[in-house]
Amino acid sequence: MAPAILIISVLFGASILFGLAQSFGMMTGTQQETISLAAYQSVFSGQGPAGREFWSSFWFSLWVATASTFFSAIGALAVAIWLSDRKKKSQQIDTLALNWNMAFPHLVWAIALLLFFSQSGFLARLSATFGFIQTPAEFPVLVLDRFGIGIIIDYVTKEIPFLTLILLAVLRSQAENLDVVAENLGASRWQQLRFVTIPQVMPALSAGSLIVFGFIFSAFEVPAILGVRYPRMLPVLALDFFLNQDLNRRAEGMVISFVITVFVIIVAILSQKQEKGTQQ
Amino acid sequence: MKKASFIAFRVVLYAILIAPLFLFGLYAFSERWFFPAPLPTQWTASIFTRIITNSRTTAGLSASLSLALIVTVLSLIIGYPAARVLGTKVFRGRSLAWLIFFIPTVVPPLAIGMGLNILFLRLGWSGTMFGVVLAHLVPTLPYTIFTLSGVFSRFDENYELQALVLGSSRLRIFLTITLRLILPGLVVASLFAFLISWSQYLLTLLIGGGKILTIPMLLFSAVSGGNPTSIAAYSLIFVAPPVIMIAASARFLTQHGNTIREQY
Repeated sequence: MAPAILIISVLFGASILFGLAQSFGMMTGTQQETISLAAYQSVFSGQGPAGREFWSSFWFSLWVATASTFFSAIGALAVAIWLSDRKKKSQQIDTLALNWNMAFPHLVWAIALLLFFSQSGFLARLSATFGFIQTPAEFPVLVLDRFGIGIIIDYVTKEIPFLTLILLAVLRSQAENLDVVAENLGASRWQQLRFVTIPQVMPALSAGSLIVFGFIFSAFEVPAILGVRYPRMLPVLALDFFLNQDLNRRAEGMVISFVITVFVIIVAILSQKQEKGTQQ
Repeated sequence: MKKASFIAFRVVLYAILIAPLFLFGLYAFSERWFFPAPLPTQWTASIFTRIITNSRTTAGLSASLSLALIVTVLSLIIGYPAARVLGTKVFRGRSLAWLIFFIPTVVPPLAIGMGLNILFLRLGWSGTMFGVVLAHLVPTLPYTIFTLSGVFSRFDENYELQALVLGSSRLRIFLTITLRLILPGLVVASLFAFLISWSQYLLTLLIGGGKILTIPMLLFSAVSGGNPTSIAAYSLIFVAPPVIMIAASARFLTQHGNTIREQY
């Protein structure tokens, strides 16, 4: 046990410690030797170079993460209910199909969407072939758009299988009997859903949704590929300032990264609380 | 009617699952494909062959593969004892140990990489394979431990004790009893360690400092280059190992009852 604890706590602890030091303006390659809150001030006040973009990035990240999580949860609930009452054989095939989604990391899924939805992409070509549009410019801007629609489409399509697997695990382990009981007691299909199935999966769904939310809020690859220059999601902004030529900007990048970290840790704690509730 | 709509739904689901490979194939092997032609008017394999045989790609492939394999093996070796203790024993500080492994699964690689960047630079580990392997262990090790500890929590140590009483050697017990019982979990754990390391972009970028060029980094630079054919070609190279590995371990994935919580 000791080696694993040692490696993780030393590496993780060091990264937090050195990250904090840099957010206070130390060790950023500038000559500064004292602790300074300048970076925090310039980010949160919206005045510094990173600060001017910070709040719009923050709200944009919140919008993308909330919308993606919401639609993923709704979609997963629908798919899971749809797939739940099937025979053993097709259960295995469905699990396999949903797991297959893992063969495509987020990075490559985003690229697939780029090739599919862009204005000269596959979907635009099909629309032109069927005469809906004449030129690429007529195709709606679905990826690389300023409302984050492309990013949301990516996360929703990727997270629905993820959440569905979580929900199916709950439904398959217990739902059957209660469903039958409800039916015997004369519940309609809708009543079964509303009063039996949905309350059953709700704790798992909200715990899973919080995991998804935290991940989307802090992930870099998808907004880097499907996003625009402005507004940018927080991780993209943080890395850009951290790698900036101007070493004074590093501290600001680090501050933004800490905002993300604190945010996702809070979300993770909430998720764990939900899960604890499930087990009781 | 219900049956028909169910089949239609399945067809759509499966089509979406295959679509990326189909799309990459179209773009990677197209030579002439002007808008609005729905399919390429001329096909060629030579662009793809040129990309996969150029020295940047082959170096990237060997860097990515060796990196992911080293990280996987190390995660298993270091993670196994920890997972076993965490899964089978009740002890003081268990929840603290659990927390230490849990937090790195939540904190994004971005924050970890940015923090380790300056430390590794000072230690001279930046731009070295050693440094990148260490950084990759931060996300892979906890996942390996959690997957394996899930297996060990349903593991009956009495099988091992019985063999020990009957005079088997420790090695023989491990190979013939322990390994067989935990095999499905072990396969899933190594699969995830491999996949997380294989698709890692940020940690390699921040610690490798441009000296360790892996496939995800070549893929990113292809995307900023903007040429669909080379983007698709690199995408195919990038997804090939995950696709093959998921297909090969499908049996274990469906067997393994635990829900997969990994994202990468």
